[in-house]
Amino acid sequence: MSDLIPNLIEVRQLSKSYVRGKQSIKVLDALSLDIPKGDFVALMGPSGSGKTTLLNLIGGLDQPSAGEIRIDGKRIDRMKASELARWRAANVGFVFQFYNLLPVLTAERNVELPLLLTKMGGAERLKRANIALEIVGLKDRARHKPKELSGGQEQRVAIARALVSDPMLLVCDEPTGDLDRKTADEILTLLQRLNREYNKTIVMVTHDPKAADYARRIVHLDKGQLIDQAA
Amino acid sequence: MMGFFSLIWASLWRKKTRAWLTLLSLICAFLLFGLLQALSVFFTAGADFVGASRLIVQSRVSFTDSLPIRMLPEIAGVPGVRDVSHDQWFGGVYGENTQIFTFATDPARLRRVYTEWVMSDAEWQAFESTRTGAIVGRKLADQYGWKVGQKLPLKSNIFPLKSGRMAWEFDIVGIYDGKDASWQAQTQGMYINFDYFSEANQFGAGSAGVFAVLLDDPNKSNEVARAIDARFLNSPDETKTQSEKDFNKGFFSQIGDIGLIVSLILVAVFFTILILTGNTMAQAVRERIPELAVLKTLGFNNTQVTLLVLAEATLLCALGALIGLGLASLAISGLAQEVPFFAAVRADATVWLQGLLAMLALALAVGLPPALRAGRIRIVDALAGR
Repeated sequence: MSDLIPNLIEVRQLSKSYVRGKQSIKVLDALSLDIPKGDFVALMGPSGSGKTTLLNLIGGLDQPSAGEIRIDGKRIDRMKASELARWRAANVGFVFQFYNLLPVLTAERNVELPLLLTKMGGAERLKRANIALEIVGLKDRARHKPKELSGGQEQRVAIARALVSDPMLLVCDEPTGDLDRKTADEILTLLQRLNREYNKTIVMVTHDPKAADYARRIVHLDKGQLIDQAA
Repeated sequence: MMGFFSLIWASLWRKKTRAWLTLLSLICAFLLFGLLQALSVFFTAGADFVGASRLIVQSRVSFTDSLPIRMLPEIAGVPGVRDVSHDQWFGGVYGENTQIFTFATDPARLRRVYTEWVMSDAEWQAFESTRTGAIVGRKLADQYGWKVGQKLPLKSNIFPLKSGRMAWEFDIVGIYDGKDASWQAQTQGMYINFDYFSEANQFGAGSAGVFAVLLDDPNKSNEVARAIDARFLNSPDETKTQSEKDFNKGFFSQIGDIGLIVSLILVAVFFTILILTGNTMAQAVRERIPELAVLKTLGFNNTQVTLLVLAEATLLCALGALIGLGLASLAISGLAQEVPFFAAVRADATVWLQGLLAMLALALAVGLPPALRAGRIRIVDALAGR
């Protein structure tokens, strides 16, 4: 990525501690990181290095103990819970390791979920859900429930759900951790396409070096600190 | 809204067997509620259609204790009394064991005091002039297919004929209707001619179960009632005079305190339902904590998640209430057609309103605790399975 491209994500002196019993555990320690718009970053590191915590903070799912998170110029670390919820709905798409689809809803109803929070009419919502399913190659499975789909298909539906409200940022937590190699490659190729063709900024946590190879940049964390960035 | 409804509806049926069983128990609870509450309304306030222009004079001891008919002119002489009629419970049994509400009365007085009964002049005259005459309520006549001119064999379980036989025979000379829907619903009794009854029964003439007093001014009912009771105070036949509505209430309270009985049964039923449905809802939310966390991740705020769970509980309770109360209405109208005594029992707007209020209270009680818990879910903890 060129230095001229503005940063979408600016993390400054970010710290996060959890209290477990009487102990305070520091998970992130004064971490700073910039991610330009349109980047595809893989966060790697051993278990407990703080990569998922960093992802949660960037995605607005948690609040830092100290430091700043600025996304597209907005300080999300200062937002209240309800404001943060609105911000997430409009700006971030989430992809999880275990897909986290609602089992009672069909694929298109799952993809429609984020749009329920907009003022869009029902027909428009379903139209957009189907477009998102078409992008991930699952239009013909729109009326299927998650249990009727394979793992790879479920993850595609989850990606469609993350895309449907056209967010600027996709955060992916081990998106291929539950998939076989072939399916994992298909999912990673899809994420790569979303990054390249649709200019989505993607931050992905992974343990898998092969998965990380699909990213433009790999960031290594250890003990809550950034140790290395490689293009 | 349809999108949210689809989500709530789908979540409700997440575990179909459990949802059906919970719904069935709610339907049973509200069916019972509808039936019992309709009976309660009937027993405690069912005599609302009765006018305030009449008083009923009965023995102070009990209405089963008869009063001598010679008291009639004295009652009629009390200031404020326009007219007086009298009824004696006959205890009619038709066929094998069908109880018919039968009263021996003076036809002319009945016509003057109970103007709500509607019948042709010819029929009223026939009732007055036929010693063995009887007039039958429209609903009762329709139920058994009785017609004017027909002989009606009727046993009394109280009064034998002078011959000692209990089997009486009457001639149907008229079929009376009610002046409006409320009174038409009450046309399930019959009247026989007091003169004939009085002469023919073994126990001798001259007694009335109650006197019905028509007032000049309904606003003075208390004064007139006190005056009548004062008139017979310290006599062998002391009286208790009350409004017709209070008398009817007292009649039904012989069975017991219907309101209290109904309340106790319903408290037991709803307490059970509260525990059952509350447990179901709590379990349903516990199982779905990761899913609810996903909704929050997607941008649903705490209030929206709380409302989603509360709406789910309300929808479940509303389905149970609507189906249960609907079935109760159907059962009551069926019962009213089969059993004349229940003709005036209705699952009316009051019963439905009470049922819907109970439904809302139940929905809040079972839905609010898990809904608040759902609203408080921390996304990061829930997704990590903590």
